[in-house]
Amino acid sequence: MTQVMEQTDTTVEEHPVAPFLRMDRIPHIWCPTCGIGTVVKCFASALVETNIDLDKAAIVSGIGCTGRVAGYMNMDAFHSTHGRAIPFATGLKLGRPELFVTVFSGDGDLSGIGGNHFIHAARRNMDLLVILINNFIYGMTGGQNAPTTPLGAKSSTMPYGNFERPFNLPHLAASCGATYVARWTSLHIRRLTKSFREAIKRKGFRFIEVIAPCSTLYARLNKLGTGFNLMQFYHDNTEIRHGADTRDLDIDFQGEITCAKFVDEERPTFLDMMNEQYKKTLGDRYVPMAPEGGMYHE
Amino acid sequence: MKADPAGVLTGAHYLDGDFACGEGAMAAGCRFTAGYPITPSTEVVERISRRFPMMGGTFIQMEDELASMAAIVGGSWTGSKCLTVTSGPGFSLMMENIGLAVMMEVPCVVVNVQRGGPSTGLPTMTGQADMMQARWGSHGDYELIAMSPQSPQEAFDLMIDAFNLSEQYRVPVLFMMDECVGHMTEKVVIPPADEIEIVVRKFTKDPPGKFLPYRVNGTYVPDFARAGDGYRFHTTGLTHDERGYPEMSAACQEVCVRRLIEKITKNADKIVRFDEENTDGADVVVVCYGITARVARMGIDMARKKGVKVGVIRLIVVWPFPEKHIRELAKKIKAFVVPEINYGQMVLEVERCSAGNAAAVCVPHGGGSVHDPKDICDAIVGAAK
Ligand code: SF4
Repeated sequence: MTQVMEQTDTTVEEHPVAPFLRMDRIPHIWCPTCGIGTVVKCFASALVETNIDLDKAAIVSGIGCTGRVAGYMNMDAFHSTHGRAIPFATGLKLGRPELFVTVFSGDGDLSGIGGNHFIHAARRNMDLLVILINNFIYGMTGGQNAPTTPLGAKSSTMPYGNFERPFNLPHLAASCGATYVARWTSLHIRRLTKSFREAIKRKGFRFIEVIAPCSTLYARLNKLGTGFNLMQFYHDNTEIRHGADTRDLDIDFQGEITCAKFVDEERPTFLDMMNEQYKKTLGDRYVPMAPEGGMYHE
Repeated sequence: MKADPAGVLTGAHYLDGDFACGEGAMAAGCRFTAGYPITPSTEVVERISRRFPMMGGTFIQMEDELASMAAIVGGSWTGSKCLTVTSGPGFSLMMENIGLAVMMEVPCVVVNVQRGGPSTGLPTMTGQADMMQARWGSHGDYELIAMSPQSPQEAFDLMIDAFNLSEQYRVPVLFMMDECVGHMTEKVVIPPADEIEIVVRKFTKDPPGKFLPYRVNGTYVPDFARAGDGYRFHTTGLTHDERGYPEMSAACQEVCVRRLIEKITKNADKIVRFDEENTDGADVVVVCYGITARVARMGIDMARKKGVKVGVIRLIVVWPFPEKHIRELAKKIKAFVVPEINYGQMVLEVERCSAGNAAAVCVPHGGGSVHDPKDICDAIVGAAK
């Protein structure tokens, strides 16, 4: 009898990703049927599966709905300024090279106000995992036009439909030199988690774009239903084409979304290149920064 | 503790102010620098980028000044001493992330080799017109520390103090040089490493789990945990509680921001620094800083020859301002004379602190060169009447 009761008592069971989250900050601020939470769960699962040492991991976000992700992850977490997550993360990585640094932010933050940093970090092959949630709109500020808003889609600052051509982000990242480039939607939880797992193990500038529903603004302003309806749309309208030419990845309003891994190659990172150059030119005189950083010790 | 000899170029050198400033940073223990080229400051990072690889330091030239400033805020979280260097237009771009450094309480030093403004202004020529921007340039209420050297030697010496103060108070220190000091070449004596006193921020001794990143226990400056040491802390530019968690309330704002301000204002007596000369019995006191302090010498001598009793206050730490001292002095003298290479910035602070007890006379200069000492003399003689 006692044994049976013990078996059915599930209240003590912890969710497998709970240790990777700041449970004291849950419930989170995201709207019901927003896609961000799902992506966070996939990332946390990938961390569990890859056995990353969370003590040596750092996460940096900018500003916006996705900009709140860092605040929920149980590692050294930095909620920086709008657009500056990548240079902030660059400082962390160069200040303590042994850190595993992830940048997790939104389309407006990373490709709008932070676009310049994005292209330069990719060019340098800075050793950062960059996760960008693209919901086609500025969510936190109330649904304004983003550099990713599809042509014809409505936003609060393009009430008659967007007439600016949006970014094709995987193509932007790939052409600037990113060594890992993938796109998934928040519906593709297994493939997305696998992509995170793969990217976690690689080095260099790794870029994963995740298309996710903003139910409150993008879906409402464009009369697309709820987050659930958008997930259904992803189900019916995504095509997986591994290795597709990144020039062909534009996203039209309610058009087909091409997902897959597009780039996966090895190239020396910024720090590899720097070390090699100094070793070559300075020989024994070169003193590299220690993996644990250039901190002053007593 | 003593300086790491790897960064100290002991000996007597012939250096310009920019190079001396770079040497000061390396001697102070700076090992991460991010910068973007801008005249007349670039020589500082050129010096650093040449010498850093031999001492375990990393320099990166970022894509702009927004990135440079953000990178050193991130870098400082690793426990490294961090520096960025710029001039007027770049300083404007750094303002937002200087605010982030204030809010997150990370030590860092920002050098501004001032040139003529506004906008692109006079890129290769001197100015001192960013003094109020240093104080108020980022949005919101805050306090920080700013210093102004008058010579290459002082650029070296004060740089070490700038890093030390920044570490001690976990606040950005703005190093307000001017093009004249930056490009002036003079003898600079760099002492042996064991004669250079270095301050490092107070690292927490609490174990992970017990540590709260913004708990102060009745002091003003919280203990520091560096990224990658297992503390798994959270920090944000949002108004936050002791845990570093955002809290959007007037009550939390009051606790959070008041402490940021009071950690400087309540320690101002320890931070304020100035040279004082002949103020006892003076009728006029000249308040000056940077290159203008040296130009004013001649004007003061000329005025003394005309029989005016002139004293001098030379600001070394510019912010926080020596408020109490100016207030007391104002009760004993006729007037302050404030020459500066702008149309009247620090003179406003002198006037405020004088509280009507002494006149505050501005000797303006738009920039592009230094004052004619005769103009300073005339202002002193006029103020003494
Ligand atoms: S506004 Fe949109 S993106 Fe932001 S939390 Fe709500 S649904 Fe998500």
